[in-house]
Amino acid sequence: MARIVAGVTTSHVPAIGAAIDLNKKNEPYWVPIFKGFEFSKKWMAENMPDVVIVVYNDHASAFSVELIPTFAIGCAEEFPPADEGWGPRPVPVVKGHPDLACHIAQSCILDEFDLTIANKMEVDHGLTIPLNLLFGEPKEWPVRVIPLAVNVIQYPPPTGKRCFDLGRAIRKAVESWPEDLKVMVFGTGGMSHQLQGPRAGLINKEWDTRFLDNLTKDPIALTKIPHIEYVRETGSEGIEMVMWLVMRGALDDNVREVYRFYHVPCSNTALGHIILENVDKSPRKAAA
Amino acid sequence: MSEPRFKNDYLDQFEDVPGTTLFNAHRSRKGFHLNMFCMSLMKEENRKAFKANEEEYLKRFPLTEAQRQAVLKRDWNAMIAEGGNIYFLAKLFSTDGLSYQYVAAQMTGASQEEYARMMLEGGRSPKGNRSKSNPEL
Repeated sequence: MARIVAGVTTSHVPAIGAAIDLNKKNEPYWVPIFKGFEFSKKWMAENMPDVVIVVYNDHASAFSVELIPTFAIGCAEEFPPADEGWGPRPVPVVKGHPDLACHIAQSCILDEFDLTIANKMEVDHGLTIPLNLLFGEPKEWPVRVIPLAVNVIQYPPPTGKRCFDLGRAIRKAVESWPEDLKVMVFGTGGMSHQLQGPRAGLINKEWDTRFLDNLTKDPIALTKIPHIEYVRETGSEGIEMVMWLVMRGALDDNVREVYRFYHVPCSNTALGHIILENVDKSPRKAAA
Repeated sequence: MSEPRFKNDYLDQFEDVPGTTLFNAHRSRKGFHLNMFCMSLMKEENRKAFKANEEEYLKRFPLTEAQRQAVLKRDWNAMIAEGGNIYFLAKLFSTDGLSYQYVAAQMTGASQEEYARMMLEGGRSPKGNRSKSNPEL
């Protein structure tokens, strides 16, 4: 059976993509940022999953103001990089896993999470930058990817609890897939940042650190954070952190923090990155 | 039609956050065409047409005069006030070859150097920036 073994979270700051695409990785500003992912890339190579479910937000690329799904799952064979105003990023086309994605959609919908199905979708920096940070710049991505787009642009976004519960439903779906597959879930975006208005540049290291701590210590407390607290404490775009809770819900209650990296600034953003592993590695019985 | 017609406790709480315009359904309706103009810049042919003649290109979209002026002047705060959302506006400033950090600096009224320095020094503190009604927070 398929099994979720670990979860990863990382910010997806567009400037990271620009630094990669324009060969700026060795500039002093960027060196510590990419160094912060060296361990992670090695760890990822040693624990290479078959499939990664990437929870991210579309930044007005696949979805405009015409159609705003709260949760949309990508069931296509492949997902080309979007042109976000400067031409598509020169990254490989993202290969999907339509069979598993459709199974997750069915399982979640029957579990009362009414996901939107995306059978044709371009993916933007929100999805491709986390792939770069964890897999580098290969000619082909080494894993199949199931994109899960979350609306965090037009309010209200889903609640943290809803995201966490969706993670649990995804876990149940994955564990009822008969094929042996090693699956990871990436939660992307965050941490504290505000990109608009006179308050742009807000960073709250204390709050972010507590959030990172509680991913292992008390994730249920994180599910109770109201939207207003994210906005007040972490800036208008800090709300992206609800997406990290999909990842957390998809893991077991008992997890081990493998690695953490936190760095300010990355452009306008506090960059946060964590790797969590399920403590229980024994094979599971397929869910009934 | 761009303001809530009834009291809305959920949305009202965000209005207490200083220097912040939350993108909600009302602003999304107000900024619909402005944001769709920005989306159109995801195509190279449209970027070319826009750069060749901005005023002419903008005629393709039923923008309000305030929206049109805000775009032509690249007044990012005004675009936000007219219903623009930063991720949509990103298509416009990317077309201009500008970065998120450049535009964020402009919206705060700081020079890019000042803003970049603030970020290098740990960013804007939440202290005093949490609540309009309680500036001590």
